[in-house]
Amino acid sequence: MLEMMAFPFMQRAFLGGILIALMASFYGPFIVQRRLAFLGSGLAHGAFGGVALGMFLGQEPLLVAIPFTVLVAVAIVWVRSKTDLEADTAIGVFISLSMALGIIFLYLREGNASDATTYLFGSILALNNYDIYLSLVALLGCLASVPLWSRWAYATFDETLARVDRHAVMRDEYILLVSVAMLVVISVKIVGILLVSAFLVIPAACARLLSRRFVHMMWWTLLVNTGGVVVGLLASYAINVPSGPAIILVQSAAFGLAFLYQRFARSA
Amino acid sequence: MTSPVIEASNVTVAFGDVVALDGVTITTPSNSFTAIIGPNGAGKSTLLKVLLGLQRPTTGSVRVLGGAPEALDRSALAYVPQKKTFATQFPATVLELVVSGISGGWPWRISKAHRERALVVMEQTGVTDLADQSVRALSGGELQRAFLARSLVNTPQILLLDEPAAGMDMRGEAAMYHILCDYQSKHGATVMMITHDWEGARYHADQVLLLDRRVVEYGPAREVASEARLLSLFGHRGHVHETHAEGDSHA
Repeated sequence: MLEMMAFPFMQRAFLGGILIALMASFYGPFIVQRRLAFLGSGLAHGAFGGVALGMFLGQEPLLVAIPFTVLVAVAIVWVRSKTDLEADTAIGVFISLSMALGIIFLYLREGNASDATTYLFGSILALNNYDIYLSLVALLGCLASVPLWSRWAYATFDETLARVDRHAVMRDEYILLVSVAMLVVISVKIVGILLVSAFLVIPAACARLLSRRFVHMMWWTLLVNTGGVVVGLLASYAINVPSGPAIILVQSAAFGLAFLYQRFARSA
Repeated sequence: MTSPVIEASNVTVAFGDVVALDGVTITTPSNSFTAIIGPNGAGKSTLLKVLLGLQRPTTGSVRVLGGAPEALDRSALAYVPQKKTFATQFPATVLELVVSGISGGWPWRISKAHRERALVVMEQTGVTDLADQSVRALSGGELQRAFLARSLVNTPQILLLDEPAAGMDMRGEAAMYHILCDYQSKHGATVMMITHDWEGARYHADQVLLLDRRVVEYGPAREVASEARLLSLFGHRGHVHETHAEGDSHA
């Protein structure tokens, strides 16, 4: 099995997957605890609009998708803050809008749009050095937001108390969602638009079932996410199935085990 | 009575056409215990939000410890919310909740000094044994005592409480009043509490503010929170006394 590591594309797959897993483990618990699980999908669809715009303009799709998706994230927070709409409604509106724009951009683009399917389904085995550098830059951004962990967690626990303690809750939420938007865009190449939210949601949901403290939830999320990448890639190589879905199946299996643990072992 | 700690001058808060507070003027000194009583929708919680700096008055001005509420040092003021608005599914222990009051952020790790400081106030409110308990597993009364411990952990000069006795049994309520009165006298603090328990307010508070969007009456507790006064102002005598009245009528 170890001979797989001799392939450069496999080395990039492990490195890229683990980098994404590290970042998703930092943001995922906030997404799950704020009931924004739908957000990952919403932003991924926003990324689709951005990728299609990049292709239409003849630019590097991910570089166009980043500001496009950040704009979608800002719009979701802004609409939520200015109306009585729930988050899922605001996200639903922007999913549809981004998809519609994406389809129009692809239609207007000359030539076939088959390369867009790369972004729909992703391919962790097709990562190049540029993707790895982009992930490393995103990781630096993630590390820069570590000091915000305590504020984000506090506002996640109780927004009113955070406001009383003079936290700029709205500003912090913008930063969180913009950071998640950037992560989503970068992850799109790995697992694709259709599955990208799995990195943010499944490990954190699994961790929630196992944790009594938020900080423990972060560590469990990290373990399931990185473990999912390593085991998923090994499994996909061994049984010759697509790598992205294999990673997500491993994460889902961990969720199933956590569910059974909580259901039976804890209550025993 | 010494210099004013809370000064609200002609404060009006309107949400569109709905006036929540109408020209409220109050002055609260240090080392005092004020109970706010009024019917539902009287603007009691809105008044606390104005004092906390969470709600700007439409007109009028507010000064807390001589400055704008928004500019107040967070450790000088503590707040116990009415409806516990926290995310019930958030994985948190009681100790973490109390420690969050010290730092004003969620604790990544709890230092020995913070743990010891938290345990002192948890002892006072009777939640020491619940330190490692999940917050969401607490009963209503336990939750109130945990939030009360959190509010005391910084030894604030001002304590604002929105119906802190909700969910407590009679013993818990008596203990809470004892803690608040003891804290006020020991630290010379200003305590302001919304309550529907006018008998408790009359007995424990120095002043009572009767509020019904505007100030109906504001003065010494024994004078303001009387049965006859409440009956004439609000058309009922409060839920505590109604129980007695029913008993009387059956007798």
